Amino acid sequence: MLKSSWVTVLWLGAIVAVAPAGTLFEAGPVTAPQNPVDAAVFGQLRKLNLAPANLCSDAVFVRRVYLDVIGTLPTADEAKSFLNDSRLDKRAALIERLLVREEFADYWALKWSDLLRIKAEFPINLWPNAAQAYHRWVRTSIRDHWPYDRFVRELLTASGSNFRVPPANFYRALQSREPAAIAQTVALTFMGTRAENWPKDRLAGMAMFFSQIGYKSTAEWKEEIVFHDSGKATGAVARVAVFPDGKAAPLPPDQDPRVVFAHWLVSPHNPWFTRNIVNRVWSWLLGRGIIHEPDDIRPDNPPVNPELLAVLERELIAAQYDLHHLYRLILNSQTYQLSCIPASSDPKAEAHFAVYPLRWLEAEVLIDALNQITGTTENYSSAIPEPFTYIPEEQRAIALADGSVTSPFLELFGRSPRDTGLEMERPRKPSAAQRLHLLNSSHIRRKLEQGPKMRALTQSRGNTTDQINHLYLTILSRFPTAEERNTVQAYLGSTGSERRGTLTDVAWALVNSPEFLYRH
Amino acid sequence: MNSGMTRREALRRGLLGAAAWMVGSRLRLPTWAANLSAPPTAKTKAKAVIQIWMWGGPSHLDTFDPKPEAGRDYCGDLMKPIETNVSGIRIGELLPMLAKQADKYAIIRSMTHGNNGHETASYMVQTGRPAGDRQVYPCAGAVVSLFKGYDAGYKGMIPPYVVLTTPQGRFSEAGFLGPRYKPFVTGGDPSQSRFAVEGIVAQGITDDQQRARRELLHQLDALGQALPSHPQLQVLAKTEDMAYDMILGEGAKVFDLSTEKDEVRQAYGRNRFGQSCLVARRLVEIGVPYVTINYGGWDTHKTHFQIMRQKLPELDRGFATLLQDLYDRGLLESTIVWWSGEFGRTPKVDWPAPWNGGRGHHGKCFSAVVAGGGFKGGQVVGASDERGEDVKDRPVYPCDVIGSMYQLLGIDPHAKLPHPQGLEAHLLPTSAEAKSGGLLTEIM
Repeated sequence: MLKSSWVTVLWLGAIVAVAPAGTLFEAGPVTAPQNPVDAAVFGQLRKLNLAPANLCSDAVFVRRVYLDVIGTLPTADEAKSFLNDSRLDKRAALIERLLVREEFADYWALKWSDLLRIKAEFPINLWPNAAQAYHRWVRTSIRDHWPYDRFVRELLTASGSNFRVPPANFYRALQSREPAAIAQTVALTFMGTRAENWPKDRLAGMAMFFSQIGYKSTAEWKEEIVFHDSGKATGAVARVAVFPDGKAAPLPPDQDPRVVFAHWLVSPHNPWFTRNIVNRVWSWLLGRGIIHEPDDIRPDNPPVNPELLAVLERELIAAQYDLHHLYRLILNSQTYQLSCIPASSDPKAEAHFAVYPLRWLEAEVLIDALNQITGTTENYSSAIPEPFTYIPEEQRAIALADGSVTSPFLELFGRSPRDTGLEMERPRKPSAAQRLHLLNSSHIRRKLEQGPKMRALTQSRGNTTDQINHLYLTILSRFPTAEERNTVQAYLGSTGSERRGTLTDVAWALVNSPEFLYRH
Repeated sequence: MNSGMTRREALRRGLLGAAAWMVGSRLRLPTWAANLSAPPTAKTKAKAVIQIWMWGGPSHLDTFDPKPEAGRDYCGDLMKPIETNVSGIRIGELLPMLAKQADKYAIIRSMTHGNNGHETASYMVQTGRPAGDRQVYPCAGAVVSLFKGYDAGYKGMIPPYVVLTTPQGRFSEAGFLGPRYKPFVTGGDPSQSRFAVEGIVAQGITDDQQRARRELLHQLDALGQALPSHPQLQVLAKTEDMAYDMILGEGAKVFDLSTEKDEVRQAYGRNRFGQSCLVARRLVEIGVPYVTINYGGWDTHKTHFQIMRQKLPELDRGFATLLQDLYDRGLLESTIVWWSGEFGRTPKVDWPAPWNGGRGHHGKCFSAVVAGGGFKGGQVVGASDERGEDVKDRPVYPCDVIGSMYQLLGIDPHAKLPHPQGLEAHLLPTSAEAKSGGLLTEIM
């Protein structure tokens, strides 16, 4: 049904394919690469004799790019106006609009809060107001478009109060304050490597940079100052640290060793620094690192496409660590815009980015999407410490600051526990208990039956075709096909119960479809 | 479209082997599989655990370690402990029904870990591990679901680790084992006329409607039809089959308390805790290996004694009836009942405002109770000092209780745990990692 033939036309000198009507997920085949990302990806696919998938349809694109860039579903109106837009550059224009949305900062602050373990309680124990301050700082730095090198330098070198100098919480959001444990966290977060697998002396050498961090409390309840405690530098041995590349670094007694380390790490000449961030951003948008897992970079885990990695590194350095440039480059590539229907059954296809991978929506994105389409809200709270924290009702889950603030839905659907900062901490597969909840819980049912937006939709007096169109645009960000409309019409006519119940059934079915539940 | 449906149905039926509730990938099986098939030792008596989790931290002085001699500053108006059916053992005056069951349980009066933070202490008590070693270990329920659940041949329709009725939320219960070993949380309230177990029992939707809706879902599944053999969608289809087995199958009947005699429901107490105890007994009866009753409301910083007068009778009735019922049905010898909070409460009462007779957190010394599954009844382990502030005798650390339970369940307390990064991880800490007073051999 979906494998129809293609019409190819010549447009402004570029070959552009136009999908025949009725094609849901695919547009035409890829064209000659004009983006360095595509040159690297398609060049390698050719060598491996792997066919890339077709490009995705506009309907897939609008939904995908909203979810991937701002963690938020397009509204029915947003989806419709994009689909009805006939401008040739409408995809690029949408990408630009999304990059400046407030939700962009929310969503990427969520990602960074996972990696930085922003959580008031066990096992991180930042304390609620420190977690809030830290999250606000991270979000602001993303919203205000800080270059990535500045972001990292401030995290690595901050001193001061956990409430007043938020990045100082980097050295508090740890399960252990031993220098070696801190070094492991720094290596994981900013070098994408697991230092517990290094030779012992290499880790010990790096740990020296974090051996003079002091912590002291103040008269204010739970305030803590992070500072350079030069008193901890005892003896000559303690004055020599070793960079992860093996070079010794003498530590002058009056200098904070963290600054020496940051100076070494945060540099275009440091191979770990740029590779880590471009590989992570790639994996966040494409579902898989060029080096995979993205935080397990080591000599025996080589990149699947070294040229691609090198392109991204060069581009980010040339853009002076402006991450927007990297997002723009990747999102505008045909590689990112491939459909999820593979052209090749070769299992290597996904690893080489020949197809867009299906991904189960994160807990926060899923509940926000359900709330958006039904017009409902959730209660988020933290039972610790007393008095309990309750978050205002209109709060969106992607904008929650503190990993200790939660809801039964988030617990069941598995957000990141923020224990270790490992990317793999966030569950990626659905469980039967989650499926059960979506299919049959009173929680989801209440939203569908009583949510004001859903009621307005299912109770409106308009003609059935309009209602079905609106339901599809709201939930799946696309128009139904003629066949789907017929199926729904037949279902509405076939049951004897009152009409509203049955349109609610349709909404239930769409919400439970893989098309809704997966990025695709 | 219908022929596509049929193919898909056929495909999924082929996929469905032995039911596995959690579909997440297995973790490095070969490194630890040996532990699962280890033959039960002579000590293996327990098949299941019912954990009564007293979250908030119950006062040990007002429950199982009364100290009337310490005076009103320590005991408030609860100064008259009662004798139990075991001579020489006294417990709090608000627990008369439990006093008649003392021959069935052992009281540990020398629990200690020294931590006064709810989450950290919850972690320590339920995992047996010290906090802060950069790993988050799984709690006992997740460990039992690993060693006694689907990986070990459990075939039940109900997941092997059930929490009644609200999520614990105190720390991520499965730790590094991951979501496959998380508990199934029922939601709902078993003291209502119908126990609406979240996801399983949907009031007002008939089985026929369920089937009609499911068919509609398949008909409208455009992505599934475009990707008929996608591995991820096959996983999703499998979760859907398991979900419908729960919704439409026999398994859900265990939650239907209307089949119990009215006097039984009455005996347990017509409240959320009492009826949860009854559901726990029913779950254990059909073979569920680990049930937690998450019983909150014990964090009594203020007006502590008013709350005790209201809550302890509820605890007394539910807990005592559970012990008697398990015993009458011959289930107590194979079922461990473990009663504990994350810590006890400060023995000295805070009388001034704003506390108005409250008790704070006390991790230095508190009480726990174990019964059944190979634990001897009518026993007291250890002792606290004359005011219940410090351990006087035979300190018992969380790893000692949990290790003893593992041993009775036939799980080697020193077994290896699968770790997602391949790190070396064992069930319980070594003596270098955490203090231990030794397994509870005196009552096993």
